[in-house]
Amino acid sequence: MEHVFDSKAAPGRRAVLSPMVPEIFRVEKYRKETLDTYTLELKPASGTGEHRFGAGQFNMLYKFGVGEAAISISGDPTSPNPLIHTIRAVGTATKAMAKLKVGDTIGVRGPFGSCWPVEAAKGNDVLIIAGGIGLAPLRPVIYQVLAERRKYGKVFLLYGTRTPEDMLYRAELEKWRARFDMEVHVTVDRASSEWHGNVGVVTTLLKKLVLDPDNTVAMICGPEIMMRFVAMDLIKKEMTLDRIYVSMERNMKCGIGLCGHCQYGPTFICKDGPVYTYDQVIELLARREI
Amino acid sequence: MLEPVVEIEQQVTFKQEQLQTLFTVLQKRGYQLVGPTIRDGAITYDELNSTADLPVGWTDEQEAGYYRLARRKDAAYFGYVVGPHSWKKFLYPPVLSLWKANLQKGEVIVAPQAAQAPKYALIGVRSCELHAIAIQDKIFLQGEYTDPVYKARRENAFIVAVNCVTTGGTCFCVSMKTGPKATSGFDLALTEVIDGKRHYFVAESGSKQGAEVLAELTKQQVTAEEQQAAKDLMEKAAKKMGRQLDTTGIYELLYRNVECARWEDIAGRCLTCTNCTMVCPTCFCMTVLDTTDLTGQNAERKRHWDSCFTLDFSYIHGGSIRNSPKSRYRQWMTHKLAAWQDQFGTSGCVGCGRCITWCPVGIDITEEARAIRAGDKSDKATKAI
Repeated sequence: MEHVFDSKAAPGRRAVLSPMVPEIFRVEKYRKETLDTYTLELKPASGTGEHRFGAGQFNMLYKFGVGEAAISISGDPTSPNPLIHTIRAVGTATKAMAKLKVGDTIGVRGPFGSCWPVEAAKGNDVLIIAGGIGLAPLRPVIYQVLAERRKYGKVFLLYGTRTPEDMLYRAELEKWRARFDMEVHVTVDRASSEWHGNVGVVTTLLKKLVLDPDNTVAMICGPEIMMRFVAMDLIKKEMTLDRIYVSMERNMKCGIGLCGHCQYGPTFICKDGPVYTYDQVIELLARREI
Repeated sequence: MLEPVVEIEQQVTFKQEQLQTLFTVLQKRGYQLVGPTIRDGAITYDELNSTADLPVGWTDEQEAGYYRLARRKDAAYFGYVVGPHSWKKFLYPPVLSLWKANLQKGEVIVAPQAAQAPKYALIGVRSCELHAIAIQDKIFLQGEYTDPVYKARRENAFIVAVNCVTTGGTCFCVSMKTGPKATSGFDLALTEVIDGKRHYFVAESGSKQGAEVLAELTKQQVTAEEQQAAKDLMEKAAKKMGRQLDTTGIYELLYRNVECARWEDIAGRCLTCTNCTMVCPTCFCMTVLDTTDLTGQNAERKRHWDSCFTLDFSYIHGGSIRNSPKSRYRQWMTHKLAAWQDQFGTSGCVGCGRCITWCPVGIDITEEARAIRAGDKSDKATKAI
């Protein structure tokens, strides 16, 4: 299948000189987002160097003496300094990173991987659909689109979280929701009576949406099951597979396609992904244990 | 008498005693010789000092899950097939320190480890192994990112190939079109001929360096009879392959059979011990291990060979993606014979048979491929019925 949008044209991709050696960054700001999620703003400890990245790319973050984890970049690609990562504390490394304080150091390797087709989507409607922490790798798309808002058609953001307390970037969501040039819908899986918004999985938001399927680019990030069902609904709404993008996750040790851990069918997620067109993954997503 | 000048690709013969001269010439040129030697009841690859370290007069008997050394009737230097080791242990070290870091006044200082590049002369590289090295070259040298350690070791290496005149019970290089004759990727290629009382090598250089080394040996122009003797031995070997793998449409076959009953069947036998991946000359997966000393001031990252058969390999928060042995064997075999072609434009299998021999329960990739083919329900197969 011909791809309308090339997700591989990633800035900064070949600029990595010693890809296996981390560069030391310093924590400039630390913000707790939810009970288990936090955001780090980082600057190179050397004080120099520009760290350009494309929306959708990731870094390998290293906590001294603990270990490394692949974390997507959550900042603004048009203003890449400081480097921003939103991290959920789920494993040894990410729990240790949760204890970092302003002034502490962290190792960074990257950026690695493919990008969301933000440039190529110009002139189209943009449909961003996120589940849980999946909003973190999509926030750069929102920043980049809003930075050149005139160049895009309609912009939709559909976001689903488990509970209202798990909602990421709440202040920003409210700001985006207040804009007249962006449509934002949020839903939660379960909530107390204090929540007056939508309840249900993210696909319920899709039902109400009127799409122009030939003029829309969808970018989806969340659990695999969520991406699968969202994509199925978009296909029902007559979107073609090459206009639907998803971001995949697997174990990663190197980030440069040499360790073999992130193999997904014929591809390596760290270099062929994490962002894929849906036709690349549709068959794999339907299989277990790939 | 003047020695004939040796041209690249020109064939000469030398007597078996000259093999030691070859070793000495290479040692004088600064090479550490590595090659076959007997250890722990197997022919392994290790450092060699002289031809006395070679497995002279020994051979190996191989079957699925079976390996034994046996005495030969002659004193052949290279009268065996391949053992549990492959050359990747020299070109792609099993454990490698990538960097060290330490805390100095609370600041992390990272020190990349300099790429060590020993000069190895690989003695006795088989044709299937040359192909395996060529495959690893594609992975480590020809992709978007290169591995500097592999590159340095590879560029320094001098390769003495040995054409196979003996075949093992698990060999299938003919099926994979990777042997038994070495056709490229060597500095020198030797064919060992034992013909009654005569014991000699037919030698061919594949590079300028190879020709230079060969020029230092006492040798003769090859005769037509000698050439024929070497050719006959290789042809005989080619006919005695212990295994066969039908590669026709194997790429489509495996992708088509992501879900097939045979995977469950294999899972009933597979111990997920990782042996097949460790002995495979093309398997390249690695992991990184971070360690810290007791003071907490010094950390190190090491790269280790890894295997897609472990649970850790696919672990992400919440659990392992490939939890069942079935999915792990499927990943390995599908990668080896199909996905490899997408990734590197070549099969990942060279038909050396190691994974069959060293599987503790004797799982045989050629037999599994045959079984998957037999159960294949493709459109084509259905139409044929």
